Amino acid sequence: MLDDKDRIFKNLYGQGDWGLEGARSRGSWDGTKAILDKGRDAIVAEVKASGLRGRGGAGFPTGVKWSFMPKAIGDRPHYLVVNADESEPGTCKDREIMRHDPHLLVEGCLIAGRSMDCRSGYIYVRGEFIRERQRLQAAIDQAYEAKLIGKDNIHGYDFDLYVHHGAGAYICGEEMALLESLEGKKGQPRLKPPFPANMGLYGCPTTVNNVESIAVVPDIMRRGATWFAGIGRPNNTGTKLFCISGHVERPCTVEEAMGIPVRELIDTHCGGVRGGWDNLLAIIPGGSSMPLIPASQCDELKMDFDGCAALKSSLGTAAVIVMDKSTDIIRAMARISYFYKHESCGQCTPCREGMGWMWRVLTRMADGRAQKREIDMLFDVTKQIEGHTICAFGDGAAWPVQGLLRHFRPEIERRIDEYTRNADRSGAVQVAAE
Amino acid sequence: MAKIIIDGTEVDVPPEFTLLQAAEAAGAEIPRFCFHERLSIAGNCRMCLVELKGSPKPVASCAWGVRDCRPGPNGEPPVVNTKSPMVRKAREGVMEFLLINHPLDCPICDQGGECDLQDQAMAYGVDSSRYHENKRAVEDKYIGPLVKTIMNRCIHCTRCIRFSAEVAGVPELGATGRGEDMEITTYLEQAMSSELQGNVVDLCPVGALTSKPYAFAARPWELSKTETIDVMDALGSAIRVDTRGREVMRILPRVNDDVNEEWISDKTRHVVDGLRTQRLDQPYIRHGGRLVPASWPQAFAAIAAKAKVVTPSRIGAIVGDLAAVEEMYALKDLLMRMGVKNIASQDNAPFNPEQGRATYLFNATIAGIERADALLIVGSNPRREAAVLNARIRKRWRAGKFPVALIGEKVDLTYPYDYLGAGPDTLSDLVAGKHSFAEVLKGAERPLIIVGAGALARSDGAAIAALAAKAATEFHAVKEGWNGYSVLHTAASRVGALEIGFMPGQGALNAAAMTKPSALDLIFLLGADEVDVPPGTFVVYIGTHGDSGAHRADVILPGAAYPEKSGLYVNTEGRVQMSNRASFPPGDAREDWSILRALSDTLGHKLPYDSLSALRQALFKERPQLARIGQIVPTGPADIRQLSSLKGEIDKAPFRGAIDDFYLTNPIARASAVMAECSALAEGRVAITAAE
Repeated sequence: MLDDKDRIFKNLYGQGDWGLEGARSRGSWDGTKAILDKGRDAIVAEVKASGLRGRGGAGFPTGVKWSFMPKAIGDRPHYLVVNADESEPGTCKDREIMRHDPHLLVEGCLIAGRSMDCRSGYIYVRGEFIRERQRLQAAIDQAYEAKLIGKDNIHGYDFDLYVHHGAGAYICGEEMALLESLEGKKGQPRLKPPFPANMGLYGCPTTVNNVESIAVVPDIMRRGATWFAGIGRPNNTGTKLFCISGHVERPCTVEEAMGIPVRELIDTHCGGVRGGWDNLLAIIPGGSSMPLIPASQCDELKMDFDGCAALKSSLGTAAVIVMDKSTDIIRAMARISYFYKHESCGQCTPCREGMGWMWRVLTRMADGRAQKREIDMLFDVTKQIEGHTICAFGDGAAWPVQGLLRHFRPEIERRIDEYTRNADRSGAVQVAAE
Repeated sequence: MAKIIIDGTEVDVPPEFTLLQAAEAAGAEIPRFCFHERLSIAGNCRMCLVELKGSPKPVASCAWGVRDCRPGPNGEPPVVNTKSPMVRKAREGVMEFLLINHPLDCPICDQGGECDLQDQAMAYGVDSSRYHENKRAVEDKYIGPLVKTIMNRCIHCTRCIRFSAEVAGVPELGATGRGEDMEITTYLEQAMSSELQGNVVDLCPVGALTSKPYAFAARPWELSKTETIDVMDALGSAIRVDTRGREVMRILPRVNDDVNEEWISDKTRHVVDGLRTQRLDQPYIRHGGRLVPASWPQAFAAIAAKAKVVTPSRIGAIVGDLAAVEEMYALKDLLMRMGVKNIASQDNAPFNPEQGRATYLFNATIAGIERADALLIVGSNPRREAAVLNARIRKRWRAGKFPVALIGEKVDLTYPYDYLGAGPDTLSDLVAGKHSFAEVLKGAERPLIIVGAGALARSDGAAIAALAAKAATEFHAVKEGWNGYSVLHTAASRVGALEIGFMPGQGALNAAAMTKPSALDLIFLLGADEVDVPPGTFVVYIGTHGDSGAHRADVILPGAAYPEKSGLYVNTEGRVQMSNRASFPPGDAREDWSILRALSDTLGHKLPYDSLSALRQALFKERPQLARIGQIVPTGPADIRQLSSLKGEIDKAPFRGAIDDFYLTNPIARASAVMAECSALAEGRVAITAAE
């Protein structure tokens, strides 16, 4: 269990003051000038050494990403964009940062901006996060007033920070769609390459980072990379906000060390699975787009990037969705599929056409109105989507279905059999037409 | 150059090539739906996925550059596979996804037989369906009288959106909704307002957008295809005329990068029904105020009787917008033999071929627009006068760093411009350097000055041409390797007439003078319908349609419309092009040159050629440059310098647009119901804008 002294998010639950005074009392904005004065290379090197991996889902090393930015400013300005479009079902960590400890983010933006020679940063806040945006804006206003950021600030590095409010589309959390949306266009992912470090916002070099990735940077800089790298396991370092929801006694968002066993995480912070550990059916380790992990494998599951990957899943946003044995797992996955069908931007073929197909087949499977051969067909369809789309949305929609088919095939077959067996009883047959 | 290995073949391609281009260079075919050479890259159909060694996922070859590929560990060239199992699987997958919501209505689809989806499903798809859910249903949209939509068939490639936003410059199409509910629409179901909208039908890879006037008319495999040249404007766009039997069914563009790339205007495409209606199919003679049908000998005899009693100085001829060089040559030849000097085009433009060919040509050439770095438009509305050329200007403007200024009527050209003023005064001021745009033109490497009919086709046209030429020399638009003085004509026959000297010579009357009351006793109208011949003159009308010329005529000689004859046309650049015959004139109508040949016999001035080739031989002997089909005979810049030194009285009246109604400029278009509908719609749009 993480020591209190190692916590970065000390006001995660909003018990203290969210404002500038409170943040200062928790150590924010302390010696920021000295950090900035180290220069961009030193900051990037420190973040690289800390082993911080992006907290938005893909887990790309943050320091390496920063080093992709052009070394010197050419004729185009550099931009920092913070992805606060936290829409992944089950995930509720960025909003806690924004409403309870926004100064961590504001200070992080300044330091990250310095490390890439950005003179302005944009924070793209999810459309539904109205209070969060207001709180974040208030914190930025405080920082401006205290001359912590902005023109001629006390740190000697001019840096402007803007909050942009999205309109609530899930796809706008994809970095390229986010940039399109930020430019005022329809939120549809752009093709890569060119990558944003080359051609991002308004065609200028841009780095897009998750809120949590940015918010931990000030602490890494103050306490040192070795401190951060000392938490967790190699290649999976530091602390992480875990959002546990579903069938646990007390769902919560909690900061823990990377690599914590999932059972310890649930038992320590959430009062255990509803009805005891043995009542566990499956968990989704990282938000709805990651493949589920059945209970039989959960004992050995360590909650970090490599631990989840070993079980053919992924840490994602570390939003643990716990499902006990009362869950109709097929219906649950059908519901997730519906979400992805609804949120697909419609730009590229496999995603646009495949999402509806998967959802319709899964809906029938949840009733048992299907053929067993359709299980393989459905798996094939998910494979036809995965890796063939412009952005990672297609992958994220295909994986949960793959997870279901991989681990719960007997359950699907059982339900088809049951439906067939009861087919001659009155009321058992549902009308097939939609 | 960069090396890349495609399917085991190493090719050397420029690094800015995409993988798709590189694969084509290596001879590998890549299927595609959304990719189009002349539109921006969308990369959304995912049909062109290829395997790139080192990349875990297949990549979209239309969007992935050769320079984006990483070399192998020892510096080997990147390796791309277009035929591997991974690629085949990816293509089959995409194909299946495209087809699951695509209706199975190929038997009633107008795209059938020329459908990319059909063809590629045969080549890259699988033969059975695994999709047993209900197919998506999408409401059809109204987007105008020319484009019919069957939106169930749409595969969301967004070519039409990109075309209207990028090429046409009228961003009226877009996609609403998302995911599988995404729909292509004009949002409020308004008609598109572009003059190039018909091209979205060609671009649509499936049958979602089809031609409304052509709906259910024919199948592609039952059509004879004739490659020919368009005459609706002075560009001479390359077209293909599709006929069934002797009826022209549709007109499609051909690729000609020097002229129209692969676009044509809606008038070019949809004038087809005008070729069927209002046709003159036999000679007529006016008896007692009424036109009565006659035979050819009767008609010729009536003309001969009149010609015998009038003096040559009281005879004249005016040629219309659509005439080919051959018939103009034959008419001129005949009239010369009769001693007649009064010959002219109907537009009264003051060109004088003796001042040099450069004074009346679009010297910069159409493709040269893309090399220009500043543009001044004088008295022209290229969007109406040459819609395809306007798209070329827009293409240049989109490439960036292209200041445009306009003197003349303030109109929407689809790209922004500096509006300098309305009339010749502004041009004089500009030449005198009194306007800031003068500095822009002076600073430009290759300034382009387009002079339109709105500035030239007026009584002081010669003086304005001289002033525009002065501007061209002043701003160094005329120099070694670049001649930016460019005249934009409005009619297909115009430059041809100038090239063979179909002009009033010294002391002869021009069209305006010929149509003054009691100026002439006998006048020949060769397809000239935009002139008003006063009472008292005996009118011989040689033409195709029962338009104003035929209504005024005393003798009507029915001719052949442009798809019904082979002819030479010289476009505004001076490019000689030959059209081919796709069908035959109706009834007793004949090709115009042969009418003139037969008439010459009756008039006692027999023309010395019995066939079209003999006529051409005589023509080429006299004007050798016309034999160089497809080429532009170069002109000297000295002509412009000489032109600029001419003086003349300038009228202060503002320049007026040469074309009031884009859709109704010639007799064929005026006979077309489709063009009439477009025209009414355009008029209505004007009224709505005015009311706001």
